[in-house]
Amino acid sequence: MSGAAALADAMDAMRLFAADPAGLGGIVIRGGPGPVRDRFLGLLYDALRLGTIIRRVPLHVGDDRLLGGIDLAATVQAGRPIMQKGLLAEADGGIVVLAMAERIDPATTSRLCAAMDDGTVTLQRDGVSAVLPARFGVVALDEGAAPDERPSAPLLDRIAFHVDLTGVSMADIAPVSSAPRGRHGPAGRGNPVRHSAAIVGPDKPVHDDEGHEPGSMAVAITLTFSKPPILTPSSPDLIQGPAHTPAISGSSQTMTGGRAITARPVHPEAPATPLPAEILCNVAAAFGISSLRAPILALRAARIAAGSSPITDADLALAARLVLAHRATCMPPPEEVPEEAGAATEPPSQTESDEQPLPGQPLEDIVLDAVKATLPPDLIARLAAAGDGRGLARTPGRAGQFKASTKRGRPIGIRPGAPKNGARLHLLETLKAAAPWQKLRGRTDRFQVRRDDFRIVRFRQRIGTTTVFAVDASGSAALHRLAEAKGAVELLLADCYVRRDQVALIAFRGHGATLLLPPTGSLLRAKRSLAGLPGGGPTPLAAGIEAAMTLADTVRRAGRTPVITLLTDACANIARDGTGGRSRAEAEALEAARSVRSAGFASLLVDTSPRPNPFARRLAEVMDARYLPLPYADASALSGAVRSAVSA
Amino acid sequence: MARATFPFSAIVGQDEMKVAMLVAAVDQSIGGVLVFGDRGTGKSTTVRALAAVLPMMKAMDGCRYHCDPTAFDDWCADCRAAGKGKGVATPVPVVDLPLGATEDRVVGALDLERALAGEKVFEPGLLARANRGFLYIDEVNLLEDHLVDLLLDVAASGENVVEREGLSVRHPARFVLIGSGNPEEGELRPQLLDRFGLSVEVRTPGDIAARIEVVRRRDAFERNPEAFSETWKKPQDKLRRRIMTARSLLPSVDVPDAALERAARLCMALGTDGLRGELTLIRTARAVAALDGDDTVGDSHLRRVAPLVLGHRLRRNPMDEAVASTRVCRALEEVFGP
Repeated sequence: MSGAAALADAMDAMRLFAADPAGLGGIVIRGGPGPVRDRFLGLLYDALRLGTIIRRVPLHVGDDRLLGGIDLAATVQAGRPIMQKGLLAEADGGIVVLAMAERIDPATTSRLCAAMDDGTVTLQRDGVSAVLPARFGVVALDEGAAPDERPSAPLLDRIAFHVDLTGVSMADIAPVSSAPRGRHGPAGRGNPVRHSAAIVGPDKPVHDDEGHEPGSMAVAITLTFSKPPILTPSSPDLIQGPAHTPAISGSSQTMTGGRAITARPVHPEAPATPLPAEILCNVAAAFGISSLRAPILALRAARIAAGSSPITDADLALAARLVLAHRATCMPPPEEVPEEAGAATEPPSQTESDEQPLPGQPLEDIVLDAVKATLPPDLIARLAAAGDGRGLARTPGRAGQFKASTKRGRPIGIRPGAPKNGARLHLLETLKAAAPWQKLRGRTDRFQVRRDDFRIVRFRQRIGTTTVFAVDASGSAALHRLAEAKGAVELLLADCYVRRDQVALIAFRGHGATLLLPPTGSLLRAKRSLAGLPGGGPTPLAAGIEAAMTLADTVRRAGRTPVITLLTDACANIARDGTGGRSRAEAEALEAARSVRSAGFASLLVDTSPRPNPFARRLAEVMDARYLPLPYADASALSGAVRSAVSA
Repeated sequence: MARATFPFSAIVGQDEMKVAMLVAAVDQSIGGVLVFGDRGTGKSTTVRALAAVLPMMKAMDGCRYHCDPTAFDDWCADCRAAGKGKGVATPVPVVDLPLGATEDRVVGALDLERALAGEKVFEPGLLARANRGFLYIDEVNLLEDHLVDLLLDVAASGENVVEREGLSVRHPARFVLIGSGNPEEGELRPQLLDRFGLSVEVRTPGDIAARIEVVRRRDAFERNPEAFSETWKKPQDKLRRRIMTARSLLPSVDVPDAALERAARLCMALGTDGLRGELTLIRTARAVAALDGDDTVGDSHLRRVAPLVLGHRLRRNPMDEAVASTRVCRALEEVFGP
């Protein structure tokens, strides 16, 4: 997709989001910080109702600010506990902006998700017990660079839109205004709309190549600044979409024959599409989207796009494109298209043309094609690499190793101590400790707190280990003992399970290294992706080591301890540029190994060649890795080796 | 809460999860329900919906732990001191333990406001509020370890002992622990897993018709919660009556020796540790029989509940691909025949 086209989609998503931030969950904005993102955010803020509350949640927000707790200053002054709202409750009715959403830790994510699900924040902290309304939309700023650096899956699941600004240039976005391109707004077609004439934007909207006339595809959302249309899906009187009765649904779960064709809006009063839920579910299923939140969010988006009028096929196509496309985990089976098109003779390619869709074509196909057109070109390649769709997202696991700290991490308790050297005072506990002594201390005019009363919070920091497995799957290794290497990895995996480590898996063969599994706590998935690992091709040893090192670096930046475990027969025979030649390949491998050493990563090299390979040993020495020839590597030796590599 | 909750009866599919919840509603001594599964499968919705179908219970008027007027042995210190009290109809508490809850709010602590005024008063926490009801922890796998330890201790003893800030308080805290979570976001500690009587694996319905129905009902509910709830009032009332009938029927449900033997053989075939699995199996089968209106536990009941009771008690090999439920099914076929 070109920058302009991506931007057009982004603008559509943004306008829908602005109309009902809480109902649609949120919008993920992928792209680094810079003028383009700032401009887009500016447009987004403009599109929101005037006076919408915006709260920015920093990366390492504490529970006291996120959820709420006791207001220190006010409590001391008043002499009784005073509650203070957290960011989420403050943002009720507005939006929450997550900076660096791809790096938010799982604990914060789960708190956010709980609030998004309930529309409330349940506060049970520091002697405060309250349920506060917190209906907000999330603007997640995703600054991830690598494909697997994304906001966590639970968050993505609840957020309707995902826009990618990485390909958008300033030239694309500069002329765009937040004014709508569409004709009618959610508040009704007849309403005076301030910006109705301002049709600004990319000259050629992306919709043109999807076979709809541009007018109907343009987002049917208008945002007036003077009189904001408040649109919530739960308010029954605002949305008078078609009432679909269960009676119809029973008989027509599949869209066959002419049933769906009648769905075209002939006149505005007629129910446009009797079964929008059905269509969206079918489309979601065709793209292998398993979570049910996806079609639910898409349906809400379609309703908002439709405004007060019935949902049209254009609304559905738009919603599907914006909400479902980026969640796709597979392409729809091709044979489905002719089957669903019934006996009609039109070729499927028809939908690619600029014409109005033929009346005989099932609506579902139109929606399906709309989604297909938006899929990123490398999607399937990425899917193949990730195994399943969920593999794309980083799934943080639970680490087993912790470090006690007084500064950061999750709070684990309170102890007496002075609030210095960055230790955080726990006000409530301090006051509680001081309370019984007040009479003895004898002053009645003010509350006395002495040094002995100070209580500080203890934190526990995750310093979990992530073992990065780099497995040589080249032809020589396969010939020798890829199966045994796999067995060895499984042993190590079982060991990682005991220690609750995370694991990541890289395979190298042919011309490069592939990330099979981003760091995960799910060892079952590690095992699965390992089992499906094919062998063959030359050995790009240097590429394998470098890939492992890059990943280890990412892991370290995420605050965990990486351990590189390299399983190879060390028969390097292909250089980085793809040319053969043992000596050059070995030289490059040694060079890569040296950089591992200088970066200071703990590492382990398991030699999988039939008899210990001297080059493997040399490589291990250069890398400063523990060297383990597989013939001697039984279960306990391997596991012991990893353990000592970790502790080293 | 101000927002309407989705009616329990309107939840599409997820039969195992619903049965597990109903069993816990009929027999609270079953020992907790764990719901693990995919995102967006309605785990939280189901738990929250359960509260609405639970019949009212009788509790001592004004008691902070809602003691049962008929169970003198379980009374809290206040009720004992009073000696007698009036029973009033109270909704069964379904208490959320939110993430980020601090220990003082979970177990209860010194009432700060009154402490500042120089008075030492215990302010009960969530465990007190959940007494005789349900304690729900969403994302139980992400709960901080020190809270997990605390919960395990209380769940096992049925009593919350508070020794902090110069307070020394103990009060009854019997509750059904309901946990939900997604295994992909972190695994549950084995010790905690063990404490749950029943466990359910939920999956997103694969059947397209069911999926459509879910989305449609959700949509209808969101657009007009009141009207939707009204439509489902009859099934809801019927379900509530079913729970009440089952509760009264429960003591008289007979467990024949043949059923006991089958249960024992099933547990042996699966190699589950200890007797807890067997006991829970029988108990759950009884509750299901009561829910069905049957007076004897038969094979059909055992078969239905075995995956719920035994699935999470199997000795687990983390590397074992076979899902626990398939292993239970295999054992069921061995013991009961296909």
